[in-house]
Order: sequence, then structure tokens, then C-alpha cells
Amino acid sequence: MRIFELTLPLSIDTIGKLKPKDKVLLSGELFTARDAAHKRLAKILKNGDDLPFDISKTALFYCGPSPAGDGQICGAIGPTTSYRMDRYVPEFLAAGLRVMIGKGERSAETNSIIRQYHALYLSAIGGISAVLSQHIVSCETYLWQELGTEAIYRMVVDSFPCYVSIC
Amino acid sequence: MRCIPAKEIVAAVFEAIQYISYNPDPELHKFLVNALQYEQDELARDAIKAILENHKLSPVNRIPLCQDTGTTIVFAQIGVGICLEEPLTESINKAVRDAQKSLPLRASMVQEPLFMRKNTNTNVPAFVHIESIPGDSLILEIAQKGGGAENTSFSVMLNPSSESDEIIDLICSKVIESGSKPCPPIVLGIGIGGNFELAPILAKKALFEKLGRANSIPEYAHMEKQIVERINKQGCGVQGLGGKITVIAAHIKSAPCHIASLPLAVNMQCHVHRHTRVEL
Repeated sequence: MRIFELTLPLSIDTIGKLKPKDKVLLSGELFTARDAAHKRLAKILKNGDDLPFDISKTALFYCGPSPAGDGQICGAIGPTTSYRMDRYVPEFLAAGLRVMIGKGERSAETNSIIRQYHALYLSAIGGISAVLSQHIVSCETYLWQELGTEAIYRMVVDSFPCYVSIC
Repeated sequence: MRCIPAKEIVAAVFEAIQYISYNPDPELHKFLVNALQYEQDELARDAIKAILENHKLSPVNRIPLCQDTGTTIVFAQIGVGICLEEPLTESINKAVRDAQKSLPLRASMVQEPLFMRKNTNTNVPAFVHIESIPGDSLILEIAQKGGGAENTSFSVMLNPSSESDEIIDLICSKVIESGSKPCPPIVLGIGIGGNFELAPILAKKALFEKLGRANSIPEYAHMEKQIVERINKQGCGVQGLGGKITVIAAHIKSAPCHIASLPLAVNMQCHVHRHTRVEL
């Protein structure tokens, strides 16, 4: 098993060195977005407006965290099933997105378009939230607080463990 | 008549939700410890070790086992000799609300499924199934179930002339097709018989049975074994990373059905497998 310690944003060269089943310990700033946030982001793109953050320099993490308890940096953290976000991938890649983190297989079309763009889909292990939470340096609601767990959270992660699924 | 105060039920359900949200199922933990003896795939071993580490950290660090802290499902058996102060569902929903707020758990329920999809912010309502039994006890089987494995579950009305081999083929192909989406290693609850609504209920109830118990009916026990062995040969493995362990166990529950029918339902359960039993 090859292990890479990488920091966001990732260059095309860096992504080019990776192969499926490599382990990646990812550091840097990323943003969460799951179903409801994707719907809103897609609407912004459709209207021709600028996204609220630069998606080319970060990663989208398909995740809806649980609330933090007293004195905790974050609650339970982990990936949600990625195929539900497949329908948004082409337009997000066209807008600059290069790194996605989630769990589970993606459609054949999504597989091929991710490769066309030299982008990267990483899988994190589901159901290990106490382990993953240890790799979260900070976590705050960034946008659309009214969506609760489906809001966009800005996270800084340190050596967050995941595996290369598509590149 | 034996009267059970609502307060007692709320406290017991709260305690159960709290326990299963932070503590692994002991049988499943044992299974994974043992799996390290025979699983040789490097990535699968890496994932199993991470799951076992999570079992250790979750109760100590007070971080739920999974960020999808689930929806509450209760199978209640109420003795005819029991009297309650309020409808059981109300007491259960109070406990669900308390647990969401004070533990805290993730609010994962929307009020209306298609248009607004507005979060209830409380995790209510719980899904409650009530059965009347003789005696004066109240038995609650409680689960916190996540969305991923629920989404890959299915039910189908088969031709009553279907052979057991065809059913095994169908279940294996559906499970293999779902890949790592339900968060393997998974447990399969399989309902055979009943009718359109009973088969999925049987499937869900089957998840509460002791992990890996053999069915008391030999033909069903044989099917369970076949299903587990065949799926595990396909190489999906822990979290889709490869290896020999995609399914931990398959539990079949059957029920009488109409002469024209053969309903089948399969409820998939992720490796977090949060469930418990409370008797009051």
C-alpha cells in the first residue's frame, strides 16, 4: 500500500502520481457539501454567478457532521454515499472542482468525466467517526446555517485518512 | 394491570439510544477482531483496524460511532396486562428529542419528503411498530439506522413458483451491485412471505436477531449460508476496499402468505449495526 501525505490544493502533477487504492493522508482546508448544498450551489452556477468559495483550490467533502458536544472541535465526521451527487459532477468539474471525498462507487459516466478532467475522487471509511474526528483541526458553519447538518462547513483537516478511488 | 410511568419509558429509550450511539455491538466487535485472523487483503485489514479503533475511541471521546446517527426504529411488544399514561409513540419521540438535543446527535429527519424537505431538527418522528402480546411486560427492540444501507435495501413481489436458488441469485446480485454504498461489512435482514408491507418489516426485524445465528429451519439456514459465502467470494470487501468480508451474516425471517404471492424484502445494515433490546 502506497501512502501519500498531501496538502490542498492539489496540483495536476500531484493527482497524476496517484493510483486507485493508494492511501492519502490529506491536510488543508476543505468544504462539506451534501445533497441540499449541492442543489443550491448548482443553482448559483446555473445563474452564472460566482460560487461562495474557490472550488478549484479545495476539496468538496460529502459529509453532514453531527453537532459538537461541549468543548469539542466537532462532532461525528464521516463520508456520505457519493453517487447521489453524481448528477452535479460535470458542471462542478467545469467550474474548477478537482477533489471530491465521499464513499461508495460512482456511475460509469462520473468515473470517466473525473478522469477526463484529471480530477480525483477519494473514499473515506464510513462509520469510523471517532477516528476521523481526531483529524479535524477546525470546523465551522460557512454558509446556509438553516440547512443544519446539510449546510456548508469549512474544515481544516490534518492527515485525514482516505483512499484513491478514481483518478 | 401493571402501569408503567411515561417517565420510565422515556428514560429507558433515551438510555438505549445513548448506549448504541457510542458503543459497538459486542458480537460485531468480536467478529471483526476474529476477521483479522483470516483477512489477508492489506487495505481491508487497514479498514478493519480503523473500525476497531473507532469502537475504542467512540465511548471514550464521546463522539458517535458514525456521523449518520440514524433514525430511531422501535419494535414494541406490549403485554395485555400493561397500562400506559400516554401513547407509547409519544414517550419514544420524547426520548428521541432529548437524545438529539443533549447527546447531541445529528438531526437527520425532514418533515416532508418531496418539496420542502425541511429538517425537523429533533430527529422525530421515530418509526414505531407495535404488537400486542400476553403477559405484563413491555419489550422494546430499538435501532438507530443510517440512510446509506437503507437506500440500497429493496423489496419485490416474486412469482410463487420461484425456487430458492433463484432467490439466492437475486439477493446476491443486488448486494453485489450495491458495492460499498451500504458500508460493508454488512448484515442482511431478509423477509420472505407475508404481503406487500410485511416482508420489509420481517427483513428489518431479522436484523435484531443474534448475529450469525443459524436459522431454526434447515432449508433457510442453508440459504443464509449460501448467500454469505457467494457474496463474500466476489471481492467487494470491507468498504469496497477488497478482501473476503462483504457480508457478516444473513438472517431470514419467513411468514405465511397468499397462494398467489411470494414477497421478498432485503434490508441492508451497515457495520455500525446499532441495536439493542430493553425490557420494562
